Amino acid sequence: MAAIQVQGLRKAYGEVEAVRGIDFQVAEGECFALLGPNGAGKTTTVEILEGYRDRDGGEVEVLGHDPRRGERSLRERVGIVLQAAGQFRELTVREVLDLFGGYYPSPRDTGEVIELVGLDDKAGARVKTLSGGQQRRLDLALGLVGDPDLLFLDEPTTGFDPSARRRSWELIESLRDLGKTILLTTHYMDEAQNLADRVAIITAGRIVASGTPGSLGGRDEGEAMVAFRLPPGAALTDLPARLPGRPATHADRVELATSEPTRALHVLTGWALERGEELDALTVTRPSLEDVYLRLTGAEELTHA
Amino acid sequence: MPDPTTVAARPSDLWLLWRQFLAQNKLFLRNPFSAFFSLAFPVMFLLLFGSLNGGGRIPELNNIRYIQFLTPGMLAFAVISTCYTGLVTGVAINRDEGLLKRVRGTPLPPWVYITSRIASAVFFSLVSAVVMVVAAVVLFHVEVIGRMLPAAAVTLLAGAACFCALGMAVAAVIPNGEAAPVIANFTFFPVAFVSDLFFPTAGAPAWVGTVGSIFPVKHFALALEDTFNPFVHGNGFQWGHLAVMALWLVVAVAVAVRFFRWEPKTDASGGGRRRRSGRTAAVAEADHTA
Repeated sequence: MAAIQVQGLRKAYGEVEAVRGIDFQVAEGECFALLGPNGAGKTTTVEILEGYRDRDGGEVEVLGHDPRRGERSLRERVGIVLQAAGQFRELTVREVLDLFGGYYPSPRDTGEVIELVGLDDKAGARVKTLSGGQQRRLDLALGLVGDPDLLFLDEPTTGFDPSARRRSWELIESLRDLGKTILLTTHYMDEAQNLADRVAIITAGRIVASGTPGSLGGRDEGEAMVAFRLPPGAALTDLPARLPGRPATHADRVELATSEPTRALHVLTGWALERGEELDALTVTRPSLEDVYLRLTGAEELTHA
Repeated sequence: MPDPTTVAARPSDLWLLWRQFLAQNKLFLRNPFSAFFSLAFPVMFLLLFGSLNGGGRIPELNNIRYIQFLTPGMLAFAVISTCYTGLVTGVAINRDEGLLKRVRGTPLPPWVYITSRIASAVFFSLVSAVVMVVAAVVLFHVEVIGRMLPAAAVTLLAGAACFCALGMAVAAVIPNGEAAPVIANFTFFPVAFVSDLFFPTAGAPAWVGTVGSIFPVKHFALALEDTFNPFVHGNGFQWGHLAVMALWLVVAVAVAVRFFRWEPKTDASGGGRRRRSGRTAAVAEADHTA
């Protein structure tokens, strides 16, 4: 059974259509990422699933419940890590986790959760004295303390330095290994690539592609790019006509998009060897997740990516 | 179907309320500002006015000592600071911070959270009332009148209920936390000076009495002051004043229930990013139904 089912979900704020009919499913135990630029509709979608917002249209099911009814029995099985949320600043880390754990029927042990997120040496510290990164880890701890079946993570590592992000990824991976279902939103492609079993790219309120990070947007099947520098004295027209694909010059390199990279290389290297010359800067690449993302979300989002 | 073992283990609402009440008390005591404003501030006023005008008497009130009038006035002041000012600012700021939204995402029943905050405010009102009365008796030999003590206690609780409700109502309708302290103080202090809180208005122009009578502060103050006036006969229950407070309470509860929001108005995502302004109204709308 799917942990989350979304069909034809729509939501508008006044004139602005934030979510324009999206569909997806998240299986139990799966880590699913919604990847997209700011303002794409990720948070609106997640907050509808969390029960914070009502939808204008479509069907939504979370652990068999309709989240808009706000049932306690659903909240007891769901952990929510919001993008930004206030803290009980005057309580200590341990106190606030004890307090929140008490809201749930079968919470995790507070000490265990503190250790899991690496706040051991801050357990007795007031929340207001924590650094930004430590507060974010406390956010995660508060999402986990009820031992949820399903965890919502809305941009969990935004603003982290690389090592803190790496540690959070390890933590999220360990949660997935425990069989938790995770719905993650992010605008970091490496995050989606590292954590998610499946990714949906969302932009302007629509899902434009979905699949495993490796296959997204046909990147495992599409054309490969063979690139190299022409030997001195050679021109584009000197290249053999048997080459699959049409070579073109980009800056000082020649690029060749081809669906037959093996044959292209064979022809190309044979040609170079015959001339007794080296092909400098020779590479074969597939479109990266970033290329796919930028192609699908449009170049104007470049600054966010 | 919910798993029966899960249902059996669900914490009871009363237990949750007790724990949340203790947590709110802890938060209150550890916040130097809230503790100062509701506990120390009114006592300071009592000491200040009491010392400045220690021997004064009030001809309009059977010539009783000023301090005998001021003590119940400052009791009312303490209740209003803790309940009204405290809740308006606390709730509005916590909403801006996204703390209310965080709480709303847990299985804690919303009414438990709201009730725990109100209970905590009432509790500290009573604590500061006791401190004040003890200080007044010890330092200024204020007379506590036994036959009117039940009326004093009931009036105090009624005032706490009325001003907690007003606090929640105002917190519900004000736009943001930055405006909260300003709105709380500007809705209270001007009214306080025409409401017999610091000095009697019996000798003032008629409009002062009329304006004061509209608002609940004066009724609360007068009802409480009567229970400290040895010339008042009977058990000291001032039903007329209590009725006006009850009316304000009902209106405040209605406003609070209708307009209470768990999320800030201008920021639907909770992520600190503002989107096109067109969504603001719709978001506020969505929040009501949430």
